[in-house]
Amino acid sequence: MKITETEVRYVADLANLKLTDQEIARLSKDLDEILTHIDTLSELDTSNVQPMAQVLYEADETATLREDRERPPLSNDAALANAPLAGGGYYKVPKVIER
Amino acid sequence: MSARVAGLATLTIDQIRTGLRARQFSAVEVAQSALEFAQAENPKTNAYLHFSPERALAAAERADRKVAAGEDPGTLAGVPVAVKDVIVTRGLRTTCGSRLLERYIPPYDATAVVRLEQAGAMIIGKANCDEFAMGSSTENSAFGPVKNPVALDRVPGGSSGGSAAAVAQGTAVVALGSDTGGSIRQPASFCGVVGVTPTYGRVSRYGLVAFASSLDHIGPFSRTVRDSALVLHSIAGRDECDSTSAFAPVPDYLAELDGRVAGLKIGVPREYFEGLTSESGDLIHKGIDVLKKLGCQVRDISLPATKYAVACYYIIATAEASSNLARYDGVRYTTRAASDTLSDMYRSTRGEGFGAECKRRIMLGTYVLSHGYYDAYYLKAQRVRALIAQDFKNAFAEVDAIVAPVSPFPAFKLGEKLDDPLEMYLSDIYTITGDLAGIPCMSVPCGKTAAGLPVGMQILTRHFDETGMFRLADAFEKAGGFTG
Repeated sequence: MKITETEVRYVADLANLKLTDQEIARLSKDLDEILTHIDTLSELDTSNVQPMAQVLYEADETATLREDRERPPLSNDAALANAPLAGGGYYKVPKVIER
Repeated sequence: MSARVAGLATLTIDQIRTGLRARQFSAVEVAQSALEFAQAENPKTNAYLHFSPERALAAAERADRKVAAGEDPGTLAGVPVAVKDVIVTRGLRTTCGSRLLERYIPPYDATAVVRLEQAGAMIIGKANCDEFAMGSSTENSAFGPVKNPVALDRVPGGSSGGSAAAVAQGTAVVALGSDTGGSIRQPASFCGVVGVTPTYGRVSRYGLVAFASSLDHIGPFSRTVRDSALVLHSIAGRDECDSTSAFAPVPDYLAELDGRVAGLKIGVPREYFEGLTSESGDLIHKGIDVLKKLGCQVRDISLPATKYAVACYYIIATAEASSNLARYDGVRYTTRAASDTLSDMYRSTRGEGFGAECKRRIMLGTYVLSHGYYDAYYLKAQRVRALIAQDFKNAFAEVDAIVAPVSPFPAFKLGEKLDDPLEMYLSDIYTITGDLAGIPCMSVPCGKTAAGLPVGMQILTRHFDETGMFRLADAFEKAGGFTG
């Protein structure tokens, strides 16, 4: 076993995913199979290989910095138009701090 | 359908331009015919999630006014386009195939969309896809699967299945898709159309809803190589809204479609012919024979890290996805589950909103990034990715292009692989390597199986050498006679 149900529950918690017991069971099985396949990577000696963090980068370090100039931003109304709940120009969420 | 726009299902961009100029039809007539046809066909395939008649007709009227005034209406004037629903369109619903974004109306347009419309294109609708582009069959859409127009009991491939199906059935002349692990090439192969994944950074991703940022690409679908070259030329190039977009100048691809492929060195990687169905393999070998007849020098090559590509990809892609999808938490994007506490709101919104495949990938990605596992998984995968990229670099020191299959098999039956996620992941083996290396790659039709299922041949070239890729694909298309 590469991963236990307890670990799956822990990871679901990290990922902010509420899962049913059925989903946990299914994910335990699926993740176990996938992680077992992923284990094949350990066959490869990569100790002398630099990790590839950039796909392609052939410009100067500051090349991607654009000219600093004023641009009208998204209006407050437009930014909030898709909010499930908005008020007073803000996103509203369930109460976080007790009075 | 307007009688004046007969043959809509096989129109090319050039034919539309000629027809507009000769006043054979107007752009408005093309738009109306395409919309009518697409809406009539949609119950069969579910290729479109929604249509945008107002937007298409407005673009058509702009084109017609320019034609009437004797102005250049743009290279894509009057061309009906389907846009994958992971690419945002201002004021036009963009769902990403997810319940979570069922009502999301973006406040801005993706750069690729802006550039398409500047070139005169008419967006007729948004194409169905796997939820957040995660899948290889378009069965993971929250709004129902897409059916392959070539064989309605089969999948169109994925994740850009709706885009491929729209072009294959002829309701759109071209389409935009996105490719992270093969999501353009594999559906193009399954539906018998051309699909192009350009070099990483060639096309701005501003407005492409992020799946895995180091792997995501936008690219075109079309029925001819020439049309994909035209679309790519319109959307490619540096965009200051995407810092990963490349500064490399965009060549005139059409000028290079000159058929001069004799003497080109073509590599055929032996690792890509293990585990292929014999029928698909035979078709690719026949395709390679066509290239030989064109005077290409074909040689056997090796890309030894290939067998590790799936494992490498499913670490990197899911790790990045778990981070990119963290934003769908019930605060900003339309959908929120009823709950009393903030923490429960996050958890319930995501638990109820994401489909099974997204959850699987978020879980895998979160696991490989979690405390104590980063070095063993993510860092290891980045090192393996470097080996895969190095394989291609070594190969391209010897050859000008690589030719390979796109998928181990042709389109499979709906539901056939849904219960075995690992098997579905393993079927991406021939396409994910190109994404990991960031090189341009495409699928071009290469014939059909005895059952009539299309098979695509993959062409891969050096970074930013879309020109060489298009030249070879165009010569192959003309010599092979596989189109249509």
